[in-house]
Amino acid sequence: MATAKSAKKSNISKDELLAYYRDMLLIRRFEEKAGQLYGMGLIGGFCHLYIGQEAVVVGLEAAADEGDKRVTSYRDHGHMLACGMDPKGVMAELTGREGGYSKGKGGSMHMFSTERHFYGGHGIVGAQVPIGAGLAFSDMYKGTDRVTFTYFGDGAANQGQVYETYNMAELWNLPVVFVIENNQYAMGTSVKRSTKSPSLWERGAAYGIEGEEVDGMSVLAVKEAGEKAIAHCRAGKGPYILEMKTYRYRGHSMSDPAKYRTREEVQKMRDEKDPIENIREMLITGKHASEEDLKAIDKEIKEIVNEAADFSRESPEPALDELWTDIYA
Amino acid sequence: MATEILMPALSPTMEEGTLAKWLVKEGDEVKSGDILAEIETDKATMEFEAVDEGIVGKILIAEGTEAVKVNTPIAVLIEEGESADDIEASSGGESSGGDTSEAKSGNTPSDEPVASNPGSATMPEPETPEDPEIPEGTEMKTQTVREALRDAMAEEMRTDEMVFLMGEEVAEYQGAYKVSQGLLDEFGSKRVIDTPITEHGFAGLAAGAAMGGLRPIVEFMTFNFAMQAIDHIINTAAKTRYMSGGQMSVPIVFRGPNGAAARVAAQHSQDYAGWYAQIPGLWVAMPYSAADAKGLMKSAIKSDNPVVFLENELLYGQSFEVPVLDDYTVPFGKARVWQKGDDVTIVSFGIGMKYALEAAAKLAEDGISAEVIDLRTLRPMDTKTVIESVKKTNRCVTVEEGWPVASIGSYLSSVIMQEAFDYLDAPVITLTGKDVPMPYASNLEKLALVTTAEVVEAAKSVCYK
Ligand SMILES: Cc1ncc(C[n+]2csc(CCOP(=O)(O)OP(=O)(O)O)c2C)c(N)n1
Ligand SMILES: [Mg+2]
Repeated sequence: MATAKSAKKSNISKDELLAYYRDMLLIRRFEEKAGQLYGMGLIGGFCHLYIGQEAVVVGLEAAADEGDKRVTSYRDHGHMLACGMDPKGVMAELTGREGGYSKGKGGSMHMFSTERHFYGGHGIVGAQVPIGAGLAFSDMYKGTDRVTFTYFGDGAANQGQVYETYNMAELWNLPVVFVIENNQYAMGTSVKRSTKSPSLWERGAAYGIEGEEVDGMSVLAVKEAGEKAIAHCRAGKGPYILEMKTYRYRGHSMSDPAKYRTREEVQKMRDEKDPIENIREMLITGKHASEEDLKAIDKEIKEIVNEAADFSRESPEPALDELWTDIYA
Repeated sequence: MATEILMPALSPTMEEGTLAKWLVKEGDEVKSGDILAEIETDKATMEFEAVDEGIVGKILIAEGTEAVKVNTPIAVLIEEGESADDIEASSGGESSGGDTSEAKSGNTPSDEPVASNPGSATMPEPETPEDPEIPEGTEMKTQTVREALRDAMAEEMRTDEMVFLMGEEVAEYQGAYKVSQGLLDEFGSKRVIDTPITEHGFAGLAAGAAMGGLRPIVEFMTFNFAMQAIDHIINTAAKTRYMSGGQMSVPIVFRGPNGAAARVAAQHSQDYAGWYAQIPGLWVAMPYSAADAKGLMKSAIKSDNPVVFLENELLYGQSFEVPVLDDYTVPFGKARVWQKGDDVTIVSFGIGMKYALEAAAKLAEDGISAEVIDLRTLRPMDTKTVIESVKKTNRCVTVEEGWPVASIGSYLSSVIMQEAFDYLDAPVITLTGKDVPMPYASNLEKLALVTTAEVVEAAKSVCYK
């Protein structure tokens, strides 16, 4: 584990903790709202919630600098909120409206923001991995020192293109951080039922890539590991792998009856490892914030999310001629 | 604030379900994440979790009820000190949390989304670009297709630093088919990059580089191997502009030899024209002459669209006249009429043009005047030029190397039928490769491919001669 002990370090500022709390809570509340809108039929198709995994993106975004890039799978709402995309535009994309980031043409799984250096939102398991290396390639080619975060799941880690990419990334020394979000399941298949590898990050060793396992439920551990990985990349030492041990509380997508794991298993994670509760406790016990302060943040977040939900319902559907646009330059 | 809990949609297709079991009872306190009920959909029994905190004030739908429509209120959640009847009083009122008003408005017809500008659902008429004039007296030089392609890449690499070439054996080996000869010397290893044998990976990596602002040219040693990469060509390169609402560009050229070479058998001999021509978001070129290869390649590299550029190994060494101009480009979406004629229209592209032109010469000896059209690009496809020609000749033969099912010819013949039915004096004949994997034996390989003799015969038959 990277540094579970760092969570006990006392030199973390109150502002930092409050920012983590706020950012993680925004994702959680946003996702709960998305689940609710889905239940009401306002969001269609596939909708993969990020609840439980919030510490991963929030910790890594805290380590990133302006201009660093990120790319991920279809489980992408958290990544977009954490890198500063507008919750309104994200939610309106979920409802398929004109005000969505892709004008309603991409949906939950396909959104982009060149402004925030977010390169999707990809629906094909593993496809974002070479894309991420390519983004890093573009930075190296242009001579910048920016780094690309390439997120993928434990299931995606069994795709051949991941290893094709590892090989090229190390061969060409690309500034890419591979972030394996090991939430222990790929749909209904647990990691144990899909590989005999004892760990996923260690597979990088076959290509000469360094990496480590990180407690992905601890935002502080994630941030520290992220800083190390970024420093490695920026120093021109090539790619780095972070395997985030994390957990998704909800089903794979909205239509998952979740018969592959017990209710107790989920509850235990929630009770013992919840990343938001974790920080909340640090804030309270460290006397950085009172219950009242946190309630005020909760309220503020709830308002942001409700505004996003309202916007996503009020924004009109795309005009019919949008069917024919954005196919060619 | 009392909140109605609504029957949720638990799958993309669910419209109603059975409320199988309540796991809470009136008076129970619940918090976000607690399971409220089990709901049976057509596919599975699913647990339904609470989103908000509160007390179960009233259960409105008893367990065991079947066919409960999505969005029907099934229970009321209240806060400490409230009564379930508050739900009536609160409806339409201000909501601090917003959930109540939202839950309610979910049921009202006014919530139906409407487009602010309805727009038109019909496909806009595509524009046909004009071929640039080659000024009178322009010097021409004889070049092979191979040299023309190399020159096109070199010229674009000189003008735009973001252009680079990657692929197997493109640099030090000078290209498996020597198309990239000399490029490493001129541009160095930063811009002419040998890759490991990893088509899926480097196609995806190049697509990512294009998203990052570069303009990659990806050489596939042959397009047969691009099948390992086709996910990135189609799902990543072709669809990203659309899926991003126009925000992202993937300016990339996927190029390499396509179609049958000689005696390399089934896995190395396939024409992908029909495959890529189907994909909205891609431009697809399949030139015949060196001049078109050069002009189209330059347009492809300059374009912000992803381009599939289908070359042909047997054409690489063929020589043609190429205009000596500073920046000679050929537009996508404009066919070239190679030869004017009155009796029959022969349409082809790529190496098929060789058979078409040979056949036209033979037909002329027999007094049949053929108009020969080279489509040059398959997407956009200049069907206008074909239709105009068919309206004049009233007969058409299409020629290609690919397989017959869902071929370019079958598409063309359907367009001709729809747009020039009354002008046709004979059914369109679509000549293709035979519907078999490519055999190795020399005699069988000849049989499998489309031939000049077949084109002559087909042209005569549509002329009833
Ligand atoms: C190539 C491909 N195969 C299968 C699928 C269907 N699918 C979507 S998500 C998924 C599971 C992936 O799990 P993981 O990589 O662990 O990511 P997580 O969903 O846990 O975030 C599968 C099989 C797909 N989208 N793409
Ligand atoms: Mg997983």
